[in-house]
Amino acid sequence: MSEARHRYVSSDRRVREDRRFVVGKGKFVADIDLPNTKHIALVTCPHAAARIKSIDKRAALNMPGVHYVVDGRELAEATLPLMTGLDTPNVPRRPLAVDVARYSGEWVAAVVANTRAQAEDAAEAIDVSYEPLPFVLDAEQAIAPGAVLVHQAHGSNVLLDKTFVWGDVDKDFKDSPRKLSLRVKWARSSTVPIETFGVVTTWDPWREILDVYASIQMPRYADQIGAALKIPSSSVRVHYDVDVGGSYGVKRGIKNTVLAGYLARRLGVPIRLIEDRLENMRGGDAHGPERLFDVEVAFDDNGVVRSMKMRALENLGAYAGRSPFQLGKPIGSIVGPYKIRSVQYRAIAVVTNKTTQDAVRGFGQGPTNLALERVIDEVANVLNLDPLEVRRRNLIRHEEFPYMIPSGTTYDSGDYHTVIDKVLADTNYAELKKERDRLRAEGKLAGIGIAACLEPSGGNATFEALLNPAITTSTFMDSCRIVVDGMGAITATMHTTSSGQGHETLVGTVIGEVLQIDPDTIRVARPDSLNSLPSGTPVGSRMAIMLGGAAFHAAQKLKAKLTAIAAHDLGIPPERAVYKDGNVFDRNAPQNKRTWADLVQIAHRNIHRMPDGCEPGLAVSHIYDVPTGGTLPTPDGRVQMYPCFAFEFHLILLSIDPDLGVPEIVRYRLGHDCGTQINPKIVRGMTMGGIAHGIGAALHEEFAYNDEGQLISQTFMDYLLPSSHEVPAIKIIDHETPSPHTVLGQKGSGESGYLGAPAAIANAVNDALKPLGVSINTLPLKVSKLGDLIAEARAKKGGK
Amino acid sequence: MHTLTRKEKPKESHMRIELTVNGAEHTLDIEPRTTLLDCLRDHLGLTGAHAGCEHGVCGACTVLVDGVAVRSCLMFSPQAEGAAITTIEGVTPGPGELSPVQDAFCETHGMQCGYCTPAMVLVAHALLADNPEPTREQIVEAISGNICRCTGYAQIVEAIALAAERIRGANRPPELRK
Amino acid sequence: MLADDENARVIAGGQTLVPMMAMRLARPTQLIDITRIATLSYIRGDGDTVAIGATTRQCAVERDKLVATKLPLLAQAIPFIGYTATRARGTIGGSLANADPAAELSLIAVTLDATLSYRAGSKTADIPAQEFFVGPMTTALPSGACLTGVRFPVWPGKVGVGFHEVNARRSDFAFVSAAAQVELAGDGKAKRIAIGVGGIADCPFRLKSAEQQLRGTTLDPAKVNEAVRAALADVEALADLHASADYRRRVAATLAARAIADAHAHAQGKAQGKPHAH
Repeated sequence: MSEARHRYVSSDRRVREDRRFVVGKGKFVADIDLPNTKHIALVTCPHAAARIKSIDKRAALNMPGVHYVVDGRELAEATLPLMTGLDTPNVPRRPLAVDVARYSGEWVAAVVANTRAQAEDAAEAIDVSYEPLPFVLDAEQAIAPGAVLVHQAHGSNVLLDKTFVWGDVDKDFKDSPRKLSLRVKWARSSTVPIETFGVVTTWDPWREILDVYASIQMPRYADQIGAALKIPSSSVRVHYDVDVGGSYGVKRGIKNTVLAGYLARRLGVPIRLIEDRLENMRGGDAHGPERLFDVEVAFDDNGVVRSMKMRALENLGAYAGRSPFQLGKPIGSIVGPYKIRSVQYRAIAVVTNKTTQDAVRGFGQGPTNLALERVIDEVANVLNLDPLEVRRRNLIRHEEFPYMIPSGTTYDSGDYHTVIDKVLADTNYAELKKERDRLRAEGKLAGIGIAACLEPSGGNATFEALLNPAITTSTFMDSCRIVVDGMGAITATMHTTSSGQGHETLVGTVIGEVLQIDPDTIRVARPDSLNSLPSGTPVGSRMAIMLGGAAFHAAQKLKAKLTAIAAHDLGIPPERAVYKDGNVFDRNAPQNKRTWADLVQIAHRNIHRMPDGCEPGLAVSHIYDVPTGGTLPTPDGRVQMYPCFAFEFHLILLSIDPDLGVPEIVRYRLGHDCGTQINPKIVRGMTMGGIAHGIGAALHEEFAYNDEGQLISQTFMDYLLPSSHEVPAIKIIDHETPSPHTVLGQKGSGESGYLGAPAAIANAVNDALKPLGVSINTLPLKVSKLGDLIAEARAKKGGK
Repeated sequence: MHTLTRKEKPKESHMRIELTVNGAEHTLDIEPRTTLLDCLRDHLGLTGAHAGCEHGVCGACTVLVDGVAVRSCLMFSPQAEGAAITTIEGVTPGPGELSPVQDAFCETHGMQCGYCTPAMVLVAHALLADNPEPTREQIVEAISGNICRCTGYAQIVEAIALAAERIRGANRPPELRK
Repeated sequence: MLADDENARVIAGGQTLVPMMAMRLARPTQLIDITRIATLSYIRGDGDTVAIGATTRQCAVERDKLVATKLPLLAQAIPFIGYTATRARGTIGGSLANADPAAELSLIAVTLDATLSYRAGSKTADIPAQEFFVGPMTTALPSGACLTGVRFPVWPGKVGVGFHEVNARRSDFAFVSAAAQVELAGDGKAKRIAIGVGGIADCPFRLKSAEQQLRGTTLDPAKVNEAVRAALADVEALADLHASADYRRRVAATLAARAIADAHAHAQGKAQGKPHAH
């Protein structure tokens, strides 16, 4: 099907980035080797909260190879606080703690030495005198009256408490014969890339340029560096050609960069800060959401859900950059794929004495999907209906698109029932139930888990304006430039970093498609930030849509220019000129044509043959705004959030050894519809990886704290990333419902799998536990927790 | 502006070691606490091995020592004396060329960010040298000490199976090849 | 060297010590690498024992035919130590001397009544495994001593073994592990039985009362269950991030019962005696 529509798009082509990675020739930040580079090691606070009474640097400064020690006060005097999303001036965020440290692991001072080992030796020799302070770890305790304040000056631990009502919630609740409520907890976890965050920076005082090499994935990185260091952003040169060793949202080391940038300017040498694993886990400010949901739904006897009240309480940790916005993004798909007609949503974000969060894959969507999908299962449960049937009754139907949800976003397209039917055609639902029942008969606890979830994609950041009226951003761009050189070779540029998403392949494929030229002949480069056009960076599952859109339009401009030049040179009206495979011919006399080489010759060297007013050369660029973007929220809190909505349907069979509590995923099927897939290998890989990440979040991963406020899962021996043993064989069944808003019908897929896997697993575990009359709604569903729950339930039942 | 006037302190006791890496002999003066990983990266410029956790769990630092996959972050350089060390640079046939395993990883897209990839490729090389016909379970077991956060492993397992198949095919007498 | 510098440490495979050093939890002043002492790397059959040198790599034991035939319980447990890549470097002596409460090797040494040998200066001495492990990461090894080897008794006759462990990821330290070895008499009753559990307390230990009760019986599953549960009832189990004390105590009994059942079936020739990770 796709072969007929496309030449290169959707075909099973290799990913061009892979060649450098398989030979170990990726250029990661730790591979940047500038002469005379000095290394940073960090002094971290051992207490959950403490006043810093004094910092004695003398012993450290006398150690071999040590050049400098900087503390929070010095840095605060020289720099401005880091950018925050909410207007919370009394909750300033800085790279090093000033006077008070607010979580265990927070960076207190930094040592600069010739080698990292020397810097570490000296960091140990810095004598910090602390006065431990009272602290609060739990979000509910943090909002209780009389709670310990994390930031005294703010007067409360609440950074955000906003309630939205969309539709007549009260009436819908009153009119509904049935209601239920559920509490669901998403545990503090994150994306935890295998490469920690790293930055190398050097200041050229004559050119007044700060060069920055970093494993970064963040919008407005250069802007934020310049603002904090009080230099123009045009004095910051971020090298986007650094390969990023995984991010999935979280690589936002602005505090690391400001610290290193300050020291590079102060000392006049290149400075390198590569977090070690402990620095990363404790103080890298890379934790993800920790969210408590109280969900209430009103529904009828058929399981049709009419209204929902959702309260989401987010434990941000000690400071906040953009992390509170992770409560806002899900508003754009607050009802998931369902026709729930009214919603009340209360979003509360509080600070506690835990590590600071940043953006994690899905930007809050994963937790929200978990809460929604658990509650839909509970509706089925109380009505004794099949959970799949309840979903079918509530899902938006294909013919109802475009579909506006109560919070004001219109979904672009979807065919949810067909996706489900395709999965069930592959895996017979009745047979799957029989398999579950066979496992139960063998003495296992076994359950089927379903999740039907959306992946909002295209990344328009209007949640910012929704949660902070001072922000009026209605734009979120991406750009592409194409230059055909004097020899006819094509170079396209993209203007941000990549962390494994295959953007170079994306750009090459789309331009090749438009120009009908082999994508492998198109060079894709990443100039630095001073030579770049705007890019919103790879967030919000947006690059296929946004960079793909920019590349498509730029290529169209180039094609139009080539066609115009040829028509002029052929002496025919432009509408008679036909572009094909890089050449242009006369529709009425196909033998009359101008080849690619002819057109390059004209544009580069024969301006006398160019149409009037046509720029010489062959250089085009396109800056692309989010389709459906350009509007701000209405006063009653409705907004068009993201443009596109991909759909994923998870169907799994899981069994639990009841004596041990050990879960095993026996079958895993995923129906996936992200519209047109530009490169199917990339989409499949990201989806598989997303599921694996979701398995981790559901079963294994947690940044756990003890009662003293110490992070006790700070190594890879305790923070458990799934290995190949923990990820089952997974079958993906694709469906394609193109988006009407995008250039090729594509939607996003960078968060796919992850956005539904935890919900599917939680539903399966609860189905498995059903015969025991117990349920569990707190992630991660760890072996010991399941084992103890089962043992307790059996003891109550009087079983063995 | 502060300048670096502090004199370098005399070197701590360094140690002279001889390493054989990718068939070449190197004599190095290093601090004995230098891990093999840091030695390869910082002293020999072999940056294909990566630091992930530096406590032996993630496997991103994997190299082959006498043909066996080991964690280079868990070995001090002096401990590697006398062994034949192979890094990703050593299994790459030549400039612009790929080994069958590397090519298979490209064919299935058995990676995304590329950070764990050199280690995965080396583990695959070691596995296939030992077992030319691994089952899926054996492949899963072989890579289970290497964490990949991007792929969920499916396309890595497929890459190794594909490489095995191709190598077996290439080693078959021509008349039996497909 | 060890005697002269109390902060000197012996390094063998380094698979535990080096991470500790990387995290700066261990700061030895000197490291003495003993892996090049060729005489400490061996696997030898010696009549009714199999002796393994301290610096023998775990992967060598994993592949060894003598171990597979004479010490099937050890052979079963070895693949559960860490990862292939850490077993390639990690040594038998290193793991034993590290004395992690959840270590598979410690459990097998205790279960099989192994004898550990060490050298301190010019003196050599032996310690039974059950006395060697005295606490988490703590052994009875005198300061300045270096572990040199371990001898495992070989059981003659109709022997069967069973090994089970539970963890979140297969390559991690076990939350709980259990090992059992059974020798059946001609009448099918248990002539000898050894049951050990690991991960549950400070050191691996034997379920002695259960062994006593089950010796001479047909290892009826209900009796086995009752005996192991009783043996574990008063144990003060560890609780941590990964598992509660109740979980460890309860599951230790379950795994011990399963290990005994496997060992029984294995001795009867009914099963291959495959180990189980959960």
